[in-house]
Amino acid sequence: MKALHQLLDRVRPNFQEGGKLSRFWVVYDALETFAFTPGHVTHKGTHIRDGIDLKRTMFIVILALVPALLFGTWNQGHQYLLSIGEISTSDPYLFRIWEKLGIGAIKVLPLIVVSYGVGLGIEFLFAGMRKHAINEGFLVSGMLIPLIMPVDVPLWMVAIATAFAVVIAKEVFGGTGMNILNVALTARAFLFFAYPKQMSGEIWIHNVEASKADGLLVDGYTGATALGELAGTVGKAVDSPEAAAVMSKFGPDGMFSWMNAFLGTIPGSIGETSSLAILLGAALLIWTGIGSWRIMLSFLLGGLGMAFVFNLAAANAYMTLPPLHQVVLGGFMFGMVFMATDPVSAAQTDMGKWIYGFIGGALSILIRVVNPAYPEGVMMAILFINVIAPLIDHFVVQANVSRREKRWLAAQKISTSTAN
Amino acid sequence: MSRTIRIRKGADIRLQGRPAAQVVDAQRSAVYAIQPSDFHGVIPKMEARPGDRLQAGDVLFRDKEKPEVVYLSPVSGVLKEVVRGAKRRILAVEVEADATDTFRSFPTLDPQRASREEILAAVLQGGLFPFFEQRPFAVPANPADRPRAIYISGFSSAPLAPDMGTVLAGRMEDFQAGVWALGKLAGEGGVHLGVRPGDSVYAGVKGVEVTAFEGPHPAGNVGVQIHWTHPVNKGEVIWTMHPEDVVALGHLLTHGHYRMDRVVAAGGSEHPSPQHYRVRMGSRADVLMGGAAYSDRVRVVSGDVLSGTQVQAGGYLGAKHHQLAMLPEGRDPKFLLTEGWLSPGLNKFSLSRAFPTWLLPKSKEFALDTNNNGEHRAFVVSGQYEAVFPFDILPVHLVKSILANDIDGMERLGIYEVAPEDFALCEFSCTSKMELQHIVREGLDLLQNELG
Repeated sequence: MKALHQLLDRVRPNFQEGGKLSRFWVVYDALETFAFTPGHVTHKGTHIRDGIDLKRTMFIVILALVPALLFGTWNQGHQYLLSIGEISTSDPYLFRIWEKLGIGAIKVLPLIVVSYGVGLGIEFLFAGMRKHAINEGFLVSGMLIPLIMPVDVPLWMVAIATAFAVVIAKEVFGGTGMNILNVALTARAFLFFAYPKQMSGEIWIHNVEASKADGLLVDGYTGATALGELAGTVGKAVDSPEAAAVMSKFGPDGMFSWMNAFLGTIPGSIGETSSLAILLGAALLIWTGIGSWRIMLSFLLGGLGMAFVFNLAAANAYMTLPPLHQVVLGGFMFGMVFMATDPVSAAQTDMGKWIYGFIGGALSILIRVVNPAYPEGVMMAILFINVIAPLIDHFVVQANVSRREKRWLAAQKISTSTAN
Repeated sequence: MSRTIRIRKGADIRLQGRPAAQVVDAQRSAVYAIQPSDFHGVIPKMEARPGDRLQAGDVLFRDKEKPEVVYLSPVSGVLKEVVRGAKRRILAVEVEADATDTFRSFPTLDPQRASREEILAAVLQGGLFPFFEQRPFAVPANPADRPRAIYISGFSSAPLAPDMGTVLAGRMEDFQAGVWALGKLAGEGGVHLGVRPGDSVYAGVKGVEVTAFEGPHPAGNVGVQIHWTHPVNKGEVIWTMHPEDVVALGHLLTHGHYRMDRVVAAGGSEHPSPQHYRVRMGSRADVLMGGAAYSDRVRVVSGDVLSGTQVQAGGYLGAKHHQLAMLPEGRDPKFLLTEGWLSPGLNKFSLSRAFPTWLLPKSKEFALDTNNNGEHRAFVVSGQYEAVFPFDILPVHLVKSILANDIDGMERLGIYEVAPEDFALCEFSCTSKMELQHIVREGLDLLQNELG
C-alpha cells in the first residue's frame, strides 16, 4: 500500500493550488481520503481521538441496508415469476433463485448506478464550487433512493428526483449535516407529486402492464401493493362483499398474510417489503449504536398505538387490521429503521427522539388509513416530523432551561431569606 | 457517613502504560519555569529581573490586574531568562536552580484559629492564591470574591490518572491544615471533598463535606462533582483546588515554606517506566520521561491526555498538571482496508461500538496514537456527547450557541457550570472531529469579557 500512497503523493502537486489540475482538487482529495485516513494529528484539545469517523458511520449504515437490498433484488424476480405463473406460491423460496436474482439485479443495479452517479456528481460539483471536502452523507442517501423506488421506475425519473433532492433538500441548506428534510425521502416525494400517474396504481410488479396485455397475468395479481388494496376498502361498509374480498387477501392463507408481509414476499418498493431483512439491519444499527433505538422503538409504539385506536373505531375494513399486521406492511419498517433515524433531520435530544418517533409512527398509520390518496403515509409522516423536529427539540431545550431557572430562583429565595 | 453518588454517563479510556503505584524521586531539573499560560487569562507584571538571586518563595511576577496575587519561584537559584513570544507575551519565566533549595520564611499561623482576613493575606503573600480556580468561567479566582463553597476533587478519573493514595501518602497532616484554612475562606457552602467509595487516604479528614462518586470518567472532574451536589447558579462563585495544592497551602501556613511538591503520574504506551515521580513544580518534563529522549515519533503531554498540553523538546510540566503521558504520534496515513474506515478494526478503540473491539474484556488496554482518525465535518451524529456528559445540560445546543456567539443562549443553556475539560470526552468521541474544548474556552472568554 506504500506504493499507492507514493503514487498519490507524486501526483498531488498537479492538483494543488497552481497545479494544472487544481480545479479537480476536491476529486483528488476525496479519493485520497477515501483510500487513506490522513496522517493528521490532533493539535489542540484532546490528544487522542475515537477511532470512528463519518466514513465508518456511513459504511455501517450501508452494511445494515445489505439484507434489505439482497432480499429486495430477489423479491422483484420472485414477484415477476409469480405474476406470470412461472412459479407458484407453494414452490420453495430458493426455487430458481438465480433467475429471480438475475431479473431483480437487471432492474435494481441500474437504479443504484443512476442514483450514485447523479448524486455524487452534484456533490463533487458543489464541493468544488464551495471549496470544501466532499462529505460522506450521500453514500447512504444514494443507496436509500433506489430501495424506495418501484421496480419499473424509469431511470430518467430517478435521475431527476435525485438531482432535485440533493440540490433542493441538501445543498441549498449547506450540504451534509445542514439539511432539514431527509434527502432520500425528498427524492421519493418529488416523484410522488411530480409524476403521480407513474408513481401510483398498479406498478409494483416488474412488467405488470405488459404481462396483462399479453394475457400472462395470473388471476389475483394486479400489481398493486397491500396498501393500495386496503385503500380500496375505505368508504365501504366493514361487511360489504368488496371489503371482504380485499380482507381475505390478508387472512392467514392470503397473498398479504402476516407471515408473507413479515418475510417480504409481497409486491412493493424494492427494499421496503421484508420486515425481517430490515430488522436485521436495525439490529446492526442498534448493536453498533449508530442508529437511535429510541427513535425506532417509539416509532414502532406510535404505529402500533394508532393502529390499535383504529381497531377500536373499526369504521371500515382497513381500520380492523391488527396493529402487528399494519406495521409490517408498506414502508413502515423501512421508514422506521432507515429514514426516521437519519440523525441530521431527526430530533437531536434524547427526550425529543422519543416524542419525534412516536408522532412519526402514529402519523404514518393515520395518514395511510384515513387518506387513501396517500397509501404510503410513512413518507409524508417522516417528512412532517423532519419539519417539526426542531420544534420538538425547542421544547425539550426550554424544559432544560426552565429547570435551571427554577433552581436559580430557589437559590435566590434562600439567600434573601437568610439575609433578612 | 458520606453520601455516594453514582455517575452513569461517561467512559473510561483504557490506555497502555498505566503508572505503577510507587514513587521515585525524579532527577532534579537544571532549570525550572513558571508559564503564565498555565493560569488562564493572567497578564504577568515582572518583579524579578534576570540575574536576580531567588529563594524558593520569592516573587517572580504579579498579576497586572490583581496586583495582590503574586507568583513565586518554586526553587532557589538565579532567574535565568524571561522567555517572550509574539507581541512580547511572556511564555515562561526560567530559574536556574541551585543543587538544593533554600526557602524564604513566611509567618506561620494556626489555620483553625486565624481569621479569614489573616488566612487570605497569608495565602496571597505565600503565592498559593493562583492555585484557586473559580466557576463560572474556569479561570483563576479573584481574591475579592467570597466563594459560596470550595470544592476539592479528591481523585482523578482521567486515563492514566495518578493514584491519590500514592500521591498523598505521608502528606495528610498538611492536607488537613489546608482544609481548615479553606473552611475559613469558604462561604456558607463550606468545603467539599469528592472521593471514590472506599478511598482510605481521606479517612479521618475533618472539616469537609465528603461525597463519594462512583462511575466512569469524568466523575473525577470537579465540575461534575459540583453539578451533582450544589450546582453553580448564575451570580454565584465557587472555588476549586487540587489536593496537592491543598497540601502546599497547609504546609505554607503551618511551616512557613512555599513548597510546591508534585507527585506526578507518568505513563502512556511510549513511557519506558510508567510510575509516579516526585518533583518540584515547574520542573522540566524530560526528568519524568524515564530516560527516554524527545523524538518526533512520540508526543509528550503535560496533564491528562484528553485536556493537557503538548510539551515541546526542552519544555516544562504545567503548574497545574499532575500527570505526564507519552503517546505515539499518528502521522502515518492509514489505508482503508488495513487500518482505515473499512478495516475490521481489531485494534481500534471507539466508544461507539462501530469496531468489534468493544466486545473485548474491559481490562484490555489500548495504545492509542495521536491521529485524528478522520477529518473535520459538520455535526451529523446526535446523542454522542450526551452519553459521556454527566450534566443536566444539553451539550450540542450549548456548543452551537457558543459557535453562534449567542450570549443569552449560552447563559440559559448552563455555560456557568462547565469548564473546557468537561467537554474532553465529548471531543474524544466526536465523529465529526469538532474541537469542543477550544470552542467552550472561547465561549467562556467571550462571556467573561461581556460581563466585565
